[in-house]
Amino acid sequence: MTGRPTPATPPAATPRLVLKGISKVYPTVVANDQVDLAVQAGEIRAVLGENGAGKSTLMKIIYGVTRPSAGQIWWEGEAVEVENPAHARSLGIGMVFQHFSLFETLTVVENVALALPGKPALDALARRITAVSERYGLPVDPRRPIHALSVGERQRVEIIRCLLQNPRLLIMDEPTSVLTPQAVRKLFETLRQLAAEGCAILYISHKLDEIQELCHAATVLRGGKVTGECIPAQETPASMARLMIGKDLPHCEHGAAKTDGELRLRLAGLSHASDDPFGTDLKDIHLDVRAGEIVGIAGVSGNGQQELLRAISGEEPLSEKFPVQICGVEAGRLSPGQRRKLGLAFVPEERLGRGAVPGMALADNALLTAAHSQHMVAGGFLRFGRARDFAQRCIEAFNVKCGGPGAAAKSLSGGNLQKFIVGREILQVPKLLVCAQPTWGVDVGAAAFIRQALIDLRDRGCAVLVISEELDELFEICDRIAVIAKGRLSPTRPASETTVEDIGVWMSGLWPGAEASEPQPPTTRAESPNA
Amino acid sequence: MLELEARAEPSRLMSWASPLLAVVLMLAGGMLVFSALGKDPAEGFRVFFINPVKDLYAVSELLLKATPLMLCAIGLAIGFRANVWNIGAEGQFMLGAVAATGVALHFEGSESGLLLPAMIVAGAAGGAAWAAIPALLRTRFNANEILVSLMLVYVAQLFVSWLVFGPWKDPDGFNFPQTKMFGEAALMPMVLEGTRLHLGFLIALAALVAGYAFMNRSYAGFRMRVAGEAADAARYAGFSAHRMIWVGLLLGGAAAGLAGMGEVAGPMGQLTDKIGSGYGFAAIIVAFVGRLNAFGILLASLLMALLYIGGEQAQQYLNLPSSISMVFQGMLLFFLLGSDVFIHYRLRLRRRAAPGR
Repeated sequence: MTGRPTPATPPAATPRLVLKGISKVYPTVVANDQVDLAVQAGEIRAVLGENGAGKSTLMKIIYGVTRPSAGQIWWEGEAVEVENPAHARSLGIGMVFQHFSLFETLTVVENVALALPGKPALDALARRITAVSERYGLPVDPRRPIHALSVGERQRVEIIRCLLQNPRLLIMDEPTSVLTPQAVRKLFETLRQLAAEGCAILYISHKLDEIQELCHAATVLRGGKVTGECIPAQETPASMARLMIGKDLPHCEHGAAKTDGELRLRLAGLSHASDDPFGTDLKDIHLDVRAGEIVGIAGVSGNGQQELLRAISGEEPLSEKFPVQICGVEAGRLSPGQRRKLGLAFVPEERLGRGAVPGMALADNALLTAAHSQHMVAGGFLRFGRARDFAQRCIEAFNVKCGGPGAAAKSLSGGNLQKFIVGREILQVPKLLVCAQPTWGVDVGAAAFIRQALIDLRDRGCAVLVISEELDELFEICDRIAVIAKGRLSPTRPASETTVEDIGVWMSGLWPGAEASEPQPPTTRAESPNA
Repeated sequence: MLELEARAEPSRLMSWASPLLAVVLMLAGGMLVFSALGKDPAEGFRVFFINPVKDLYAVSELLLKATPLMLCAIGLAIGFRANVWNIGAEGQFMLGAVAATGVALHFEGSESGLLLPAMIVAGAAGGAAWAAIPALLRTRFNANEILVSLMLVYVAQLFVSWLVFGPWKDPDGFNFPQTKMFGEAALMPMVLEGTRLHLGFLIALAALVAGYAFMNRSYAGFRMRVAGEAADAARYAGFSAHRMIWVGLLLGGAAAGLAGMGEVAGPMGQLTDKIGSGYGFAAIIVAFVGRLNAFGILLASLLMALLYIGGEQAQQYLNLPSSISMVFQGMLLFFLLGSDVFIHYRLRLRRRAAPGR
């Protein structure tokens, strides 16, 4: 504790939650080392740190998911041992997880019911969910099964599930990564209102500007230890970043783009009905991406991003050839492998299980997409030496922290695996790189590295298409930006001639000319940002 | 208090030690079973496990028994690695035997040196054709290959019965359900003088080597491993899921068909309605005890053959029921599954409650 006056924090006699000397030791790693933390009623306290700093483990200890190896917890002045999440909820602790804890085969309302005591009536609960979701601007249909929801929608379910329990301490683990700027503001209003009503909030994030805007106080973790406490309003993002990563925040160099490059990707009226009944149908999408530029597609998740990516990558082949043209070839019916031979490289949103095989070594994962371009196959047999060499090159060029080419993909942290996958795609010298959520859940240092790598790739004459839900990221690296909403794509705008605000409005489907293509009375729009 | 604690990563040592531990536990369990049945455990052990390897002839019988298990298991393992669950090797084994018998009967009396190679090809093709049915239904209509391949076992059994009771019945066979004995040119040559060990054993060893090369060294095998471990990654990489299903089932069927051919052209010398003797099902256990790995399958098939022969010996010398070998097979699988827990977990002594509370 710094002992400095904290004017933004309301005075409170007994802290709602106090942690003293909390440690958590796993067989291979010390996740938390003598952590002290206190949060008052009505206080919004940030827990700030990079991925792997031990934030999530600490929160799981508070929520009773894991037990600490040492240390003591006091809840409202009484020493407690939080046995399990149900015990935590009965104390009044609610948590929104970063990695979702939802049952895929159950519906939204069934998942919410599972977290509530007793057996709530589903119909009444569905109405409460709808009420909460409208109040906080988190639209979700209570009767849809979880497996049909996008990542962003699943997070909404997690948030709603917590809010339904009227918690006295709310733990939010990176909640804003999938929200529009307007929705973030709405969430912040909700959180401030909750805090004003006396709820304590622990807000986990690595987004410094958000923390400055929202939080009364911050505890900074690095390598499992508390490295400092601060009042975000009195700090600069740079000074907090230093506490968090131990050095200055890296920045991307971003020069002007070429505008007359060769056409590498053309989407010519791409329409595709999704197989999934809850998927998003793509409607008449037009887009050109040229060599030497980065085009970004913004949008709230679940608006057709996954479907668009699969249509471009070839994981979901189309019935016609012309809508997807890669380097001048009509590629709509080609397989992912054939498209790769045309010069396409692709970084998917999910790293483990899609971009990489979890149980396989990095060298084997190099074979996944680079087998042909790097001549790792001869006469139907694998050339392991070449695979290992290529994996080693990815590791060195992209500064991947791991045990070498023989390390299993799942042994890497999210950020390091993402660097490896991005490296694997970039080192194949693609003509066109399509990258989904390049830095989702990646720590600041690695994120800046990946962004710079994309910009460098552009400068070497590659065409880059980035689909991301983080607007700041898109504005940092993109030359042109478009928005996807409800399966339609807006026109592109040069990034320098538009603002986060404009793009935020477009994200709900309201761009110039959008109404003309599909007339709809404005009252049916679920979340009108102008309201 | 003892508790299971998740390991940071699966133990390589345990994944190899676990089958050995299972064997030891099976032996210990077997001793108890012998005692419970009022037999001397030492005598039981000698009859069950030493008799089958006591001399060259006994060993040759063991290898003969292991041959079809090896062939079926290596074929199945390729599919299992890609999550293609072919449970019908038994049926593919029978159809391989039928196809080879068809060639032998059609060219009855031929002295040609090409007859045996033709039967080998026919055997593999027959098994593959039978496995093609679940592959086709799976890729065209998404019918579950587990059910289809299993049900086809019973179709195959009835088909064999119809053949040997009907059109292929030996006219001089006193109405026994069996075909004519094959001519010399249609029989597998022996590899060991004075025993019944035939060329099929060498074919099975070659299949193990080929299976190892395919699974661990070839690009096609790599694609199948990826499909088995992470289907989305296979789709992302552009590996065709339909192709995996076809390759997995056809290779498994061909290997089982070869094994069936080896039985009719080897120790049996004819097709009878008893051709299906459970090798195709036992091979599933062999494949898993052998960790879906060629070398492991070699050892596991020898062990399984030992259990079969030991069981026969126990019937003859100890007056134990024939189901004794099934008891041993069951114990082996049971202890293996139990030991496998320790690949991902370790046992730890946990002290209750930290001091000062």
